[in-house]
Amino acid sequence: MADFLINTVGLPEWLAWTITALVAAALILNVIAGGALVFIWAERKIAARIQDRLGPTRTGGRFGWLQSLADGIKLLAKEDLMPEGADGMLFRLAPYISFCASFCAFIALPFAFDFVGQRLNVGVFFVVAVLGLEVFGVILAGYASASKWSLFGSMREAAQVVSYEVPLGMCVVVPVMLAGSMDLVTIAEKQSGWLSSWYLFHDPFTFVIFWVYVTCAVASVNRAPFDLAEAESELVAGFHTEYSGLRWSFFFMAEYGSMFLVSALAAVLFLGGWNGPIPVATLLGLSEGTGDTANYFVRLIGCGNLLLKATLGVLLMMWVRWTLPRLRIDQVMTTCLKYCTPIAAAMFAGAMLWQLAFPGGVVRGISRPAGEIREGWLEGPGGLSAGRGAVGAKPTAIPSAATGTPVVPTLESSIESRDVVKVGS
Amino acid sequence: MAQLIDDDPRIIEFDVRTDEMLVNMGPQHPSTHGVLRLVLRTDGEIVSEVEPHIGYLHRCAEKIGENLTARQWIPYTDRMDYLAAMNMNLGWSLAVEKLMQYQVSERARHLRVLIAEMGRIASHLVGMGAYGLDLGTFSPFLYAFREREKILDLFEEACGARLTYSYITVGGLTADLPPGWLRKCEDFLDQFEPIIKEYHALLTTNAIFVKRTANIGVMSPELAIEYGCSGPVLRGSGVDQDMRRDGESIYTAMYDGYAFEVAVMKNGHYPRDHQYPPVPADAVIGDCWHRFFVRMLEVVQSMDLVRQSIDRYSACKGPLGEPVKLTEKIPAGDAYLETECPKGQMGFYLVSDGSAIPWRVRARSSSFSNLAVTHELCRGCLIADVPAIVGSLDIVMGEIDR
Repeated sequence: MADFLINTVGLPEWLAWTITALVAAALILNVIAGGALVFIWAERKIAARIQDRLGPTRTGGRFGWLQSLADGIKLLAKEDLMPEGADGMLFRLAPYISFCASFCAFIALPFAFDFVGQRLNVGVFFVVAVLGLEVFGVILAGYASASKWSLFGSMREAAQVVSYEVPLGMCVVVPVMLAGSMDLVTIAEKQSGWLSSWYLFHDPFTFVIFWVYVTCAVASVNRAPFDLAEAESELVAGFHTEYSGLRWSFFFMAEYGSMFLVSALAAVLFLGGWNGPIPVATLLGLSEGTGDTANYFVRLIGCGNLLLKATLGVLLMMWVRWTLPRLRIDQVMTTCLKYCTPIAAAMFAGAMLWQLAFPGGVVRGISRPAGEIREGWLEGPGGLSAGRGAVGAKPTAIPSAATGTPVVPTLESSIESRDVVKVGS
Repeated sequence: MAQLIDDDPRIIEFDVRTDEMLVNMGPQHPSTHGVLRLVLRTDGEIVSEVEPHIGYLHRCAEKIGENLTARQWIPYTDRMDYLAAMNMNLGWSLAVEKLMQYQVSERARHLRVLIAEMGRIASHLVGMGAYGLDLGTFSPFLYAFREREKILDLFEEACGARLTYSYITVGGLTADLPPGWLRKCEDFLDQFEPIIKEYHALLTTNAIFVKRTANIGVMSPELAIEYGCSGPVLRGSGVDQDMRRDGESIYTAMYDGYAFEVAVMKNGHYPRDHQYPPVPADAVIGDCWHRFFVRMLEVVQSMDLVRQSIDRYSACKGPLGEPVKLTEKIPAGDAYLETECPKGQMGFYLVSDGSAIPWRVRARSSSFSNLAVTHELCRGCLIADVPAIVGSLDIVMGEIDR
């Protein structure tokens, strides 16, 4: 889009970039905010169905699909309360920190090949790190609320999230190791092909570690059975006890945003990202190199794939939430330190050894070797020539596992090729 | 002590010292079952002391009872344990009948058993569901309420009310069952029986549930007796006592000819425990899990009793009998009677000077004694265990404060 603005419209470069960035940001923000609304509605419907109720039925028509919007408007109209003795600035700041952290991580999340806010060569690291910032908002909220229950909630959250980052990090490292890259786009791209090339099915260790990742992800976004920070039967509402109206809804949005994010991350890391179980596009002869429209079409399907997988992940979390009781704080810590971390570490070592033993994959032809790279998208070690011009370039396969050279995009190249922001183009 | 800590050079060196915090849990708190207020003294997540404060729901019910006739006070007993109002009605009616030496008809007796046991199922369903809620799972609560709703529908059909029935009254019951009621009741039992498995899957045997309840809030039989605990709380500690079997003759006569086994662990076994999931290895007799499990067993036991009473009730062809006059004079004297209510032994005491209005009325609440033990059970537990323990006692504030 920036190219278009500079070359065709003739805007100055800085303005073109600013407009591009704003459009991309607005798109991501709206997609995620809209997504949060849908998920809130879905959660209500699913919870209701699980509990033998109907859930919202009236607002907006048959299925009450406008319910979350109506709730949002209600929250806007609510009185904005701040408890006496609260630290005003921090109290006001906290929801936005949580919200920003959750949404910021979406920048690096690819929705399809090239459908990414900003392709980062340290995408995995960025997403996990930024997601971890969310806890600051929660701690601030608990501290600034001047309520003992809030403080309890935030201290729990702090302990829990910080602990779970360890096994979560270990789980995330395994696909990174298999792909030889921290770039989320690369990782997902290497899982293209049939279902069997997903990292989930790469070897038994990745299969196990995926479930460890699910556990840790649920814990790190504070969902049941790890929702200790807002345990309503113990801590009233935990860290957001004193929040009302829009500020409370920001926490809510952040929670749903994070839920979607960790699910999408799981999809990218383990479930083939935007690659469907059956490579329909490839079988039909469509690929990124076929032409602009087909190319766009394929990506749109990919985007749908990823959204579907992430949504399934979110639905899984909802299902778990409405089924299981809540753990106690010491049990949460035990689960993390005594089970998740050792298992993740062992699986990490196992996956590493597996890589060593079967560098080309177990069954040739069906499961792809980990290092093999999809044709046509990568040229040179920078690996970021995926702009408009490069898409149509000749396919060149670089089986990096065979040559043994890991392909890691360099930082400079990722900064240079800014025109990966193609969401709005 | 504080001075000592301040002077301790090691502590000053590290400058890490935690303070105790006093937290109010309730009276407006989601898991205090009404308006209970617990003052927690905590050190971080660890609770060192719990002090229950009561009285937020006090309505002077006993004093009101001294200004009304015995039958007029029945609606006030409804509002004591509002989750098992039928059993409250029964307790007061029997106490008055004891003083009046009144014998209800055989038909009324079986109907009373039927209604009281249905009330027990309804009460235990709430206790069970709410306990799930205390542990953070919402769905079993609504499942339990779904089933309870059917019992309430049946009660509504029988007496017109859904919560405060005043159905069982001094001298019998206010009305006989409507035609077709027994059929519906049997349908409910047939439908409910297989569903109990689901509660066992969602709660009793759920790994997280077991983790949260097994070996938590362990109460020794001695402690339970010392504090006057009763009902499932007492039986959960392995004390074999049930007023329906061990009570006074006017009460046990009601259950004459009924076959039931008290739900208590004897020699490491619950009655008919082969039908139920095995007791988890971590569970210790007297912990929250056992208290919960006793309630689950009592639901099945009550269903059995209801089935028996349906047969007996339909076999009785005689009249139901009219309840006593509203202004019936009570003979001078006093009477105390404890009955086995879902929450425990509920005792009613009345002193009469020969007029229609009792001179003194007193209710002995089981929940009151059961709650009193909280501070013993909660010493040194985690904050998350406080709702787990209080929930396992299954208290109703309306009964405690009266």
